[in-house]
Amino acid sequence: MTIDQVVVVGVSAAGLTAAETLRRGGYAGRLMLVDGDTRPPYDRPPLSKQLLRGEWAEEKLTLRPPAALEGLDADWRLGVRAEHLDLESREIGLSDGSRVGFDGLVIATGVRPRTLPFADGRRGVHVLRSVEDALALQREMVPGAAVVIVGAGFLGTEAAAVASVLGCRVTVIDPLDLPLERQLGRRIGTRVAQLHRAHGVQLLGGSGVTDIRETDGRVRALVLQDGREIAADVVLIAIGAEPVTDWLSGSGLVLENGVHCDEFCQAAPGIVAAGDVASWQHPILGRLRLEHRMNATEQGMAAARTLLGERIPFSPVPYFWSDQYDVRIQVYGRPTAADFTAVEGAFDDGPFAAVQRDESGRITAVAGWNMPRRLRELRQELVNQQAA
Amino acid sequence: MRIHIDEDKCVGGGQCVLAAPEVFDQRDEDGIVILLQDAPSSDLAAQVHEAALLCPALAIVVEE
Repeated sequence: MTIDQVVVVGVSAAGLTAAETLRRGGYAGRLMLVDGDTRPPYDRPPLSKQLLRGEWAEEKLTLRPPAALEGLDADWRLGVRAEHLDLESREIGLSDGSRVGFDGLVIATGVRPRTLPFADGRRGVHVLRSVEDALALQREMVPGAAVVIVGAGFLGTEAAAVASVLGCRVTVIDPLDLPLERQLGRRIGTRVAQLHRAHGVQLLGGSGVTDIRETDGRVRALVLQDGREIAADVVLIAIGAEPVTDWLSGSGLVLENGVHCDEFCQAAPGIVAAGDVASWQHPILGRLRLEHRMNATEQGMAAARTLLGERIPFSPVPYFWSDQYDVRIQVYGRPTAADFTAVEGAFDDGPFAAVQRDESGRITAVAGWNMPRRLRELRQELVNQQAA
Repeated sequence: MRIHIDEDKCVGGGQCVLAAPEVFDQRDEDGIVILLQDAPSSDLAAQVHEAALLCPALAIVVEE
């Protein structure tokens, strides 16, 4: 099937890469790029790092220079959301009231942060996903401010590090005992806790937030399960995100923790998904949905190639990283909350590299703490063992 | 073909080394990219473009 009317919905890293891959792959038909954001595409990892610290101006986050965007020869619809998909007529309804037909569709609508319903709408309560979010949070992270972060995952711990460096009084609350425990297990979690405590961050593990206290619509404190009140000038809710698929409900596409795709990132004939919103069948690792920057690019390329008629299963080695203070944590593979085993260095001091193995002893994930080169070697071991 | 790298943006992911090992390397201490040659021959063009595309920090710019 040849296509000549492609619509990309969601033009961040994944959608933009898909558009570029289509053009580079020789696609010369119509290309419409739809995104609810009015900004040209930008990069998100620096939002919780350099932008939040105030080190970078927002222009530095731009994914491509204007000339490269123009070079795509696309019909840009920024500030317009897709609201409806009709599989029968192969049309999309947009928030400006128009309907656009397609014969190829890339779904890359990403995720939106989860919130705590009782905290919604209070001033001083933030989420962190967009440039606006990051700038609003940054304005309130003034020295001495009591910053309370709900959720000790990657976003929460990165933001805690920034707030601490900016001179705020920082508290992190999570139902689990240790930061990043859910993502990287207790040994690395213990080290992360040590790192944050050394910077004066208060960690309240094993705690859930049940309510908020406010004064004139502005947050004053969070209430814990045990009734304790934690004073807060600023709150960041960092409890994960959910795929933006509401516009696809009732369309007939399978929506199960994202857009359900096959191993080619295809959700239906002529319809592919990429990035945070896409759940696909990894040929080795099984069903995955990854909210990783690296995956947005790789899956954007893979999904576009599928639209172009190639049949190559999408089989990446997942990769992500996190920057906290002077530490860079890097992870390849698919880590679980099980314990890592150190293969170089030690968990309690200095740099280390560590691995997780399955029951048969094969490496399934490798993690490094300020040890990038060694980690690349371990990644190769992981790849070799996966192939074996 | 000329390659420019932005060390400030580099996050030490090593994807460039995996894509084009003759052109990129990483510093031992922090993994920041080292450019082994800034004007590689055209037979490396595909690898270099792949590296620039895959860089999760957009730290590599290729000038034709």
